[in-house]
Amino acid sequence: MADDPQSIDARTWFRAAAAVLVKEARVEGRSRLALGATVLFSVCALTAVAYTIGETHLDASVQAALLWVVLLFAAMSGLARPFVREEEMQTADYLRLYARPSAVLTGKLLFNAGVMLVIEVVTAPLFFIVMPSGMVRPDVGLLTAVLALGGLGLASTSTFVAAMIAQASAAGSRGALFFVVAFPALAPLLMASTHATFAAMAPVLSPPGYAANSMVVIASYDAIVIAAGYLLFGSVWSET
Amino acid sequence: MSKTGLKIALFVWMEAVIFGAFTFLPPVPGFRVPALAKIMVFHVPNAMSATVISLAAAFYAIRFLFRRNLLDDVKSAAGASIALLFWILTTVTGMVFAQVQWGQAWNWDPKQSAIFMLLLIYLAYFAIRAAFSDAQKRATAAAAWMVFAALTIPLLTYVLPNAPGMMSLHPKQVVFSVGGMGPQYRMIFWGATAGFMGIAVWMFRLHVRIDEMKLSGELAGLSGGL
Repeated sequence: MADDPQSIDARTWFRAAAAVLVKEARVEGRSRLALGATVLFSVCALTAVAYTIGETHLDASVQAALLWVVLLFAAMSGLARPFVREEEMQTADYLRLYARPSAVLTGKLLFNAGVMLVIEVVTAPLFFIVMPSGMVRPDVGLLTAVLALGGLGLASTSTFVAAMIAQASAAGSRGALFFVVAFPALAPLLMASTHATFAAMAPVLSPPGYAANSMVVIASYDAIVIAAGYLLFGSVWSET
Repeated sequence: MSKTGLKIALFVWMEAVIFGAFTFLPPVPGFRVPALAKIMVFHVPNAMSATVISLAAAFYAIRFLFRRNLLDDVKSAAGASIALLFWILTTVTGMVFAQVQWGQAWNWDPKQSAIFMLLLIYLAYFAIRAAFSDAQKRATAAAAWMVFAALTIPLLTYVLPNAPGMMSLHPKQVVFSVGGMGPQYRMIFWGATAGFMGIAVWMFRLHVRIDEMKLSGELAGLSGGL
């Protein structure tokens, strides 16, 4: 039947994915604090870093690293929610019946990408305003590209890892487990994003080809993680 | 030859390899301490054995995801512990070498960073296993992570550090190139590789036997898990 959400008809697939995305957004909107809390978390992390550094001048490379650490912490605090909430509300089994796994993943991934976008839109400009500037004629276009692709990588890996551990029984440790499992997967992305951000902040100071190399790594990381996520999600999500 | 016979032969073989490494191998000029070159016959064979066992663990994980047979999960987990052990040994021997050669055990060069991440990936694997009490769910999550790790490990350990633009302290192209090793080194090296591989496989099989018994116990309702 064309309207069966489990069918492979493209129109119903899109509808299922969109439905998951809208549902996540609505549920998030109901608990008004949740997304706000994540954004506040990243602002606080940023403040902790900036305040303690104070007037000390830091090289652009160090600043770039700090920016990505702050973004990492924010992601770790907020991006497991779609799957963990699903399990806690006990609606996960219903979702398994309702839609194909790939549609579910797409909806949740787009939601997390949206959350990451909000986090970055708030945190990154604030970061560059608040930190004593290490920037030397920054390449804003490159900076935006790094934040976009790097943020997508953060969101993708976090979504997949959250799916894997959402059913873990030791509920109290899920938060720590999420970070522990996600970090090794995110490390190459962090490295490449930091390098690319440094190259964007101070293009004259970085070696030639630095930015291009790093962007290639980030782009291929995104591609690999998203592909691996789609391939593996079905096995993790369905019981059989 | 009986199983016991093979094990005794392996023991004698490894003794010969170790003895040969310390007495038979000549020091190599070009290293900060010429005798340091001997660590190669320990460091690299460990890495190769670790790679083989890692691939086996990933293979069994993939098989589990298809067939959902818990015995495959047992083999995957056993492979992961043996692989972790050998990767730790690889890292430690590498650090000893780095300390003597460059005065600093840890340098964060691409190869060292990659191995560090690899160790974290395996530790995360065991963290995942510890968090689930249901055997099927545990196996599913662990297998998914193992496959994910199997996709990223080649990238992290071989592609990125050896990429053209990467600067690494790690020596390149010693093992498989023509003039890389002298004849004595080649002999002891491949002997060590065979020996370590044999030990790894032996440990793996023992581990699997024990874990299969634990699994039967768990499924029958006794407490404790893998």
